[in-house]
Amino acid sequence: MNLTLKVWRQKHANDRGTIETYDAKSIPVEASFLEMLDIVNEQIVQGGGEPIHFDHDCREGICGMCSLTINGVPHSKEKGITTCQVHMRKFKDGDTIWIEPFRGKAFPVVRDLVVDRSAFDRIVSAGGYISVRTGSAEDANSLPIAKDRADSSFDAAACIGCGACVAACKNASAMLFVGAKAAHLNLLPQGQPEKDKRVLAMVRQMDSEGFGNCTNHYECEAVCPKQISADVISKLNRDYAVASTKEAFK
Amino acid sequence: MFFEDLDPISLQNRGVVLNESGMNLLCQALCRFWQSSIGKKLIVAVTGIVLVGFLIAHVSGNMLIFAGREAMNDYAYFLHHFLHGAGIWIFRVVLVVAFVLHIVATIALTKQNRSAKVESYQNEATNVASKSSRMMIWSGLTVLAFVVFHIFHFTVRVDPELAGMKEPSGRHDVWGMIILGFQKPLVVLFYFVGISLLCSHLSHGIASIFQTLGWRSRKSSEAINKLGLTLSVVVWLGFLSIPLAASVVGFGVDEIEMPVTDVADIADIAEDNR
Repeated sequence: MNLTLKVWRQKHANDRGTIETYDAKSIPVEASFLEMLDIVNEQIVQGGGEPIHFDHDCREGICGMCSLTINGVPHSKEKGITTCQVHMRKFKDGDTIWIEPFRGKAFPVVRDLVVDRSAFDRIVSAGGYISVRTGSAEDANSLPIAKDRADSSFDAAACIGCGACVAACKNASAMLFVGAKAAHLNLLPQGQPEKDKRVLAMVRQMDSEGFGNCTNHYECEAVCPKQISADVISKLNRDYAVASTKEAFK
Repeated sequence: MFFEDLDPISLQNRGVVLNESGMNLLCQALCRFWQSSIGKKLIVAVTGIVLVGFLIAHVSGNMLIFAGREAMNDYAYFLHHFLHGAGIWIFRVVLVVAFVLHIVATIALTKQNRSAKVESYQNEATNVASKSSRMMIWSGLTVLAFVVFHIFHFTVRVDPELAGMKEPSGRHDVWGMIILGFQKPLVVLFYFVGISLLCSHLSHGIASIFQTLGWRSRKSSEAINKLGLTLSVVVWLGFLSIPLAASVVGFGVDEIEMPVTDVADIADIAEDNR
């Protein structure tokens, strides 16, 4: 199949950047989206040009590294998948495809389609952990956890930290990510002792990184490759209200 | 133990009068709350509840217009005189505080949101966000302009013709004032635009209150969205039924009984208002 690509090209972080047009010719219909970019890059390199830089790693939808906004939607309009799981059979011959980086002030472009998502790492470092001695896992039956609670925690823990939520949000808010990372621990008994401290620290780090505020558009939920529910945002709001009230009066 | 005794928080916990550093700690906590993203959103949600509550009360009271002049004017008289006239002022102060906090917090949040998305997509796409949800700041600011107009129109009564309308007993003829107030097509048009945008604002705002306060879940989201939509449609129909009845249908037009507005009357009213 033959396609027209409109790709964001930016030489370095301080470059203005622009959309450039490429013809992607003779792309096999069974190729994945990233394989299509690999083929285009080969053609660019053969022509003496600079290949299109983009992030990728596992290419099986679990690492959270790939990060393209395809036709205005992070990870494309297909539900519940990452960019590496998008296949060319979902497009038609002759289509024009817009490929842009994940946008957000807290996700500065490094080059072309590669963005720096280390703000997420700093939020997790602020409180997305449990301070306990590690060692051999204790017997599962010694700490009973209700099934629905374990399920909710597991749903939140499915977050791969790809940043699609920020990229899709009109305000570049990281509430779905922070909500998932906080809920995953806050829902479990092991997370209880540090719950308030964790919520306050993670939200403050999120604010200081320059992410926007949630305006309840639920665009994040719609694009999340792990289909994490905006329930985690609701829970984060509630946990923050409780934690900050306790902090003020305790 | 010694240090614990001197700790302002532990003093406060034991009922000792707050010293300066204790107050400072509380102020710091409040400042931190205000400065945080979720803190401001919680303020928007709580003040939103106050404002939605007011709107429901306001639209319910307004329906008395259809019960006739006597019922409406009795209601207006009650509002101005309950708790010996102090009630309405308590009510007004609470409303103004909620209104100002709601606006200041949302403007601050919007400014942060704009700066968080410096570069937008060349090929923009929206998946699920409704039009209403995406124009909240604009519908909100138009409602602000509308509220200012509405207060000058019916509360301050800058139009001497409306201000001069009184019953023979000397009470304000609120019923007549409303019917007469809606005889100007431009006024009705502005009310239509203002109320419609208010209800667009509510259709997203009411459901958002639940999400921001942490009361929404996947299970309840559909019911909450329906509640928000239903309430906003009811408020829209309720408020607009009055200008439309008075201007299009001609409700009450024959009974306006143009009041005798001489200079002395207007002076009296001005004195009352003062």
